[in-house]
Amino acid sequence: MVSPSTPRPPDPGGPRPRPVLEARGIHKQFAGTVALDGVALRLFPGEVHALMGENGAGKSTLIKVLTGVHPADGGTLLVDGRPQAFADPLQAQRAGISTVYQEVNLCPNLSVAENILVGREPRRFGLVDRSALRRRAAELLRELDLDLDVTAPLGSHSLAVQQLVAIARAVDVSAKVLVLDEPTSSLDREEVAQLFTLVRRLRDRGAAVLFVTHFLDQVFDLCDRVTVLRNGRLEGEYPIDRLTPMTLVQRMIGGELATLDQLSGRARREAAARTTGEPFLRARRLTRAGAIEPYDLDIHAGEVVGLAGLLGSGRTEAARLLFGADSADGGEVGIEGEKVRLRTPRHAIARGIAFCSENRKAEGLVGELTVRENIVLALQAARGWTRPLTRAKQDELARHWIETLDIRPADPEAQVRHLSGGNQQKVLLARWLLTAPRLLILDEPTRGIDIGAKAEIQKLVARLAGEGTAVLFVSAELDEVLRLSHRIAVLRDHRMVATLTNDGSVTPERILTTIATGADS
Amino acid sequence: MSTGTAGTAARPTRPFATVSPRTRTRVPLLVTAVLLVAMFTVGSVRYEGFLSAQVGLNLLIDNGFLLVVAVGATFVVLTGGIDLSVGSMVALSTVLTAWLVESQGRPLAAVVPLVLLVGAASGALMGWIIHTFEIQPFVVTLAGMFLARGLCYTISTESVTITDPTTVALAQTRLYGPGGLFVSIPVVVALAVLVLAFVVLHHTRFGRTVYALGGNESSARLMGLPVGTTKIAVYAVSGLCSALGGLLLTLYMLSGYALHAMGMELDAIAATVIGGTLLTGGSGFVLGTALGVLVLGMIQTFVNFQGTLSSWWTRIVIGALLLVFIVLQRLMGGRRPAAG
Ligand SMILES: Nc1ncnc2c1ncn2[C@@H]1O[C@H](COP(=O)(O)OP(=O)(O)OP(=O)(O)O)[C@@H](O)[C@H]1O
Ligand SMILES: [Mg+2]
Repeated sequence: MVSPSTPRPPDPGGPRPRPVLEARGIHKQFAGTVALDGVALRLFPGEVHALMGENGAGKSTLIKVLTGVHPADGGTLLVDGRPQAFADPLQAQRAGISTVYQEVNLCPNLSVAENILVGREPRRFGLVDRSALRRRAAELLRELDLDLDVTAPLGSHSLAVQQLVAIARAVDVSAKVLVLDEPTSSLDREEVAQLFTLVRRLRDRGAAVLFVTHFLDQVFDLCDRVTVLRNGRLEGEYPIDRLTPMTLVQRMIGGELATLDQLSGRARREAAARTTGEPFLRARRLTRAGAIEPYDLDIHAGEVVGLAGLLGSGRTEAARLLFGADSADGGEVGIEGEKVRLRTPRHAIARGIAFCSENRKAEGLVGELTVRENIVLALQAARGWTRPLTRAKQDELARHWIETLDIRPADPEAQVRHLSGGNQQKVLLARWLLTAPRLLILDEPTRGIDIGAKAEIQKLVARLAGEGTAVLFVSAELDEVLRLSHRIAVLRDHRMVATLTNDGSVTPERILTTIATGADS
Repeated sequence: MSTGTAGTAARPTRPFATVSPRTRTRVPLLVTAVLLVAMFTVGSVRYEGFLSAQVGLNLLIDNGFLLVVAVGATFVVLTGGIDLSVGSMVALSTVLTAWLVESQGRPLAAVVPLVLLVGAASGALMGWIIHTFEIQPFVVTLAGMFLARGLCYTISTESVTITDPTTVALAQTRLYGPGGLFVSIPVVVALAVLVLAFVVLHHTRFGRTVYALGGNESSARLMGLPVGTTKIAVYAVSGLCSALGGLLLTLYMLSGYALHAMGMELDAIAATVIGGTLLTGGSGFVLGTALGVLVLGMIQTFVNFQGTLSSWWTRIVIGALLLVFIVLQRLMGGRRPAAG
């Protein structure tokens, strides 16, 4: 192993700056589980620092301890070399540490402008100056190349926009330290590029940026140094040029990563075979005003159909109609040749359709329930409440899926809200997988999931399809869509513009061109 | 870039899905306004003497104290909390005022600030307990309700009638306008409180933090907002408003009595809800609360004009109306984020 013992500031030749933020020997324990065990972190002015680790490694917990959300059980925190302890996020903010936490944490009832500036609104004569507020908010959003109605309530915007608004809020506090916990998980390439430009600008101004992500290419693209956590312990601190993606992953998981390449070959070989015969689901001219223009789609048993498109192109909207999550106001759906109406999710579930939502916080998990209860929820609902699953059966199912998806902690009785973000996503996935649906609709199933688990989930999807499940796979990651799908439907501006057969000639570039030009070239 | 406008189409699953979220929060308010006009029209057609400006002003004269109390309750409800102690706090203020002025012979000018201070301080204390020990507001203020009512009896078990000349003169002052119309001093005070509350809620940092707290408390904390201070402050405001409401009621009744304002906490909350404030917090308008108070007053006026109805009908109608409005809130409350 490369010795991580004496990490250096970013510029080894120049004068040694003092870290703006330094944590030493941080301990944190939650009823029974040790989340952090002697973790250290140093942030220097003018650097972008990646914090890496598997799901549940303790990244978000470290951030929350540093910024006063959770009290530390041990260790010291130095800001500009002086010992500090923050009792709440407000104090951290006042000390110049500005944070975007993992789940979007804003107020849906307030306007976009207020969400960006609440707590530090511009004032005149002691009263909030509303026009200055709007102007300032619009200015900040423009730095992220975002142009939207800042007076609209935040809740009416998509998750991606909310994430950008959260970032705009954090950036405004002229911060010495900017902490971003998986800020790119619901963003597309273009937004990510925009964010990176902004982060680089802040870094050049001398701010320190702490950045958490599961996308390795983003780390190598943006960051100067990396701190790796494994199982709540510090694995090491490295300058980025001493790492390769391979060695970084080894540090994170403490072993080798199984390769995915054999997967893509199989999906492509079988592409031709799947698309003949009666489709499991046939949508014709299906539409909903303001959400998605009329589209046609066939999904065969055993086929994976990918939905590709930029944010706001109508990916999610198109998928939701097939589950009755929103009701269509035009067109028809046939299942195995029989015309059906999918007005509510119950109709869809009765037909063997499952939908794993991208928004796990708002419409997926019940945080107060345990992992076991969350996992069996959909199956129980499908059986009806008059035929309860026995406790033994529930335990068995929970244990099976915890193991299959490697949910950590592997405790069926843990409350879901205490799980790390990626592990929550796995619980949501397990819930729908175990209903053994005929058609599985996955909307961004790998969001926030670490690289090892992502490979497991992709393998699982391929296996389910191999066993005859029809899958609709919605993802912002083109690589993932390409690797899994037999066919790919491309969306642009709420319209389905092309359906490509994934026969080996399809590349991410071809999909991007199709999105850009609105037609397959 | 495609993100901004494209992703913004809201997709609530509830009825009224086509109206924008901004309009949706205002629908209950509009319904209340329409209801008020309709009641006034029906009243004028059915009852002689109903159609007069003075009947309208009398609504304010008879309900000024309720308006002040309901304004305080609105602050609390907007944060997603509830204050059940307001009725008892009103009673305590009446008893305290009457006792100090009558039995102790203190000047009213000295008694007023003292009573207001007691109200604000006990509100702040309850807020502090709610915040520090993370106890349900409903539990803490229920205790406050019993405590304040009990304290009334330790001061006086009888009704204390006020004969102090300054107080009586103040109570009987009529401020005349054109056409012989008049209002009392409590009306002026209540309207001033309403305007002040509007400015505070919509145009100060404190007010906006109140809304943020009601939107999502844990988010508000992570956004670095002063959650604790704000929470304590809204209960202090509610306590202050109840004390002031109590002073106005003392003028209206010219007495202090432990049995005054029985169940007024429910009237205040009902007025808030009928005025379009969500019980779950984060959405509503204090001007709506004023309309809510007028609706309640109007129901009372109807029952009085009818003459044959027992006063219990007021309660029954308020209860039914409350149910309708809570269902309406539910239907309007479909705020769910759209997605990419
Ligand atoms: N409030 C809590 N109560 C109990 N356990 C908790 C709590 N918060 C976090 N944990 C546990 O601490 C560990 C670390 O979680 P954390 O959220 O820091 O992981 P993470 O590295 O951010 O993972 P991810 O990449 O999935 O976001 C997990 O095992 C989690 O279950
Ligand atoms: Mg995390």
